Amino acid sequence: MLKLREKLQQTEVWKSIFRHNYQDTNRNRALQIVDNVFLHLHPVRISRHATNIGFTWGMGGITFLLFLVLTITGVILMFYYRPAAEYAYEDMKYLMNDVAFGPLIRNMHRWAAHAMVITVMLHMFRVFLTGSYKPPRQFNWVVGVLLLVLTLLLSFTGYLLPWDQLAIWAVTVGTNMARATPILGHEGPFGAELGMRIDNDIRFVLLGGTQVGPPTLLRFYVGHCIFLPIIASIFMIVHFWRIRKDGGISGPTSNGQE
Amino acid sequence: MHNLWEIVSKPDNIPIVLLLFMVIGYTLWSFKKALKNDNQGFLDESKLSDKIQVWPSLVRVEFLATLFVMVILVFWSFLIDAPLEEPANPTLTPNPSKAPWYFLGLQEMLVYFDPWIAGVVLPTFIIIGLMAIPYIDINEKGNGYYTFKERKFAVLTYCFGFLILWVALIVLGTFWRGPGWYFFFPWEEWDTHRVVALTNVDLSELFGIHTRAADNSLNPMAVIFGVALILGYYALIPLYWMKKKNSDIMKKLGAVKYNIVAFLFLTMMALPIKMVLRIALNIKYILVTPWFNI
Ligand code: HEM
Repeated sequence: MLKLREKLQQTEVWKSIFRHNYQDTNRNRALQIVDNVFLHLHPVRISRHATNIGFTWGMGGITFLLFLVLTITGVILMFYYRPAAEYAYEDMKYLMNDVAFGPLIRNMHRWAAHAMVITVMLHMFRVFLTGSYKPPRQFNWVVGVLLLVLTLLLSFTGYLLPWDQLAIWAVTVGTNMARATPILGHEGPFGAELGMRIDNDIRFVLLGGTQVGPPTLLRFYVGHCIFLPIIASIFMIVHFWRIRKDGGISGPTSNGQE
Repeated sequence: MHNLWEIVSKPDNIPIVLLLFMVIGYTLWSFKKALKNDNQGFLDESKLSDKIQVWPSLVRVEFLATLFVMVILVFWSFLIDAPLEEPANPTLTPNPSKAPWYFLGLQEMLVYFDPWIAGVVLPTFIIIGLMAIPYIDINEKGNGYYTFKERKFAVLTYCFGFLILWVALIVLGTFWRGPGWYFFFPWEEWDTHRVVALTNVDLSELFGIHTRAADNSLNPMAVIFGVALILGYYALIPLYWMKKKNSDIMKKLGAVKYNIVAFLFLTMMALPIKMVLRIALNIKYILVTPWFNI
């Protein structure tokens, strides 16, 4: 066995995949991070308190984990779901009753989405309480606020997709406010004066109609599955990059450069 | 009690219960850490500032956290099904119609302000205000560790905004609001036919100034009264400045940042003020104009 393993490790194929052996040396520990495209998001060395759950609550990391779970379960859900008013609800019923592991996938997607809203709020709370938005991390806080808004929008657009009573009325309540937008909504201050009507104001643009209907479903679907996730991913990349460029997790001493 | 159980066991409300426990737990935890740091004269975080290697130290923590979260999530998903109610029916409005739980704070604001303020202006200020925080908080202390003593105003303001105006209003909207958006105790049965006579009055009417004349036209006195009150409220900004402008903090802050901080702060405080006015005195509007009301 051992011989076989040694032989295997000498082959060109093996060596082309694994660039270093696994002796426990500092050099190998560093290479483990640097040679791995996923892990090299991390620096090689960080301060001890950055790994301390009591300091970060792990909330940023868990938010990202939930985002990954949502991406994977979301893609699976897309195989079974058609964003048209006559199919959407039936597809959900089918998924919940007849698809193997259908309910599990849908439940995971739903609960992870709720959980992500909670963890992103708590992450923000932690960042505030440790004063981690202070120089040099001001801009990363701004990126964070955008991520918060995107998380809420992702969750809100997803809420409509089951196309049941819960979905359309929650979204109706939420989007009704848009009609009161100053200047741009037909019931908002100065809206009517400026020619806003129910069929041309900002709410009409959001819903694709004068009430939550089939065009709204399609709009929210495209936003939920394509537009918002892409934007959120881009901002997350910036967020993570900035954490490193700002010298890693904040701490009493590590506010300098990397 | 039956109704309370009905609300708590709604699958979509479980996250709120979770949120409540986590928020309270984290608040207590971080204040404990902050007070410890403040009292002992050195920072716990400083003791942990030596460098360690990401592999294995951080990767291990990440791995364990992943396992932990995934176990909870999978159990949760096995035990509780995501809701799927009757098919969408635009002609059948449920009562109450509630927004998703994370927007219930905003929906609650609709009770106290017209939709253009509660639904558009205030949310915009929340987002802008949050983004502005790093640029208007000039206190360079308290960067990267838990403390309360060194940044009392910042921590208290944020906690008030997050814990009371955001989380508490979500809880209120979930557990205390029933049909017609009326106030019900969580354990009370919802009476779907409850009608409460509208007795709200405008603030000026408390002082004997009628908002509208008999022919329903606006009373100019009432408009002037309202404008004066609102301008008076925001006039606190320059007044406080005059009083304090020679203090060290104000000098460091400068006029521009001071104005932004004070404006955002007063705007935030307008919500609890209007809530008190409405609940205690049944005040509807402070200012009525032909185009908008506040
Ligand atoms: C999709 C949402 C988000 C994800 C996935 C995310 C992820 C992360 C991660 C993994 C970290 C590393 C430290 C930690 O785990 O606490 C971090 C740090 C940070 N995040 Fe976020 N975050 C998100 C939203 C936000 C929000 C809403 C804010 C604030 C408005 C924010 C501001 C920051 C700041 C300032 C840091 C640096 C903290 C420090 O150096 O101590 N992030 N984020």
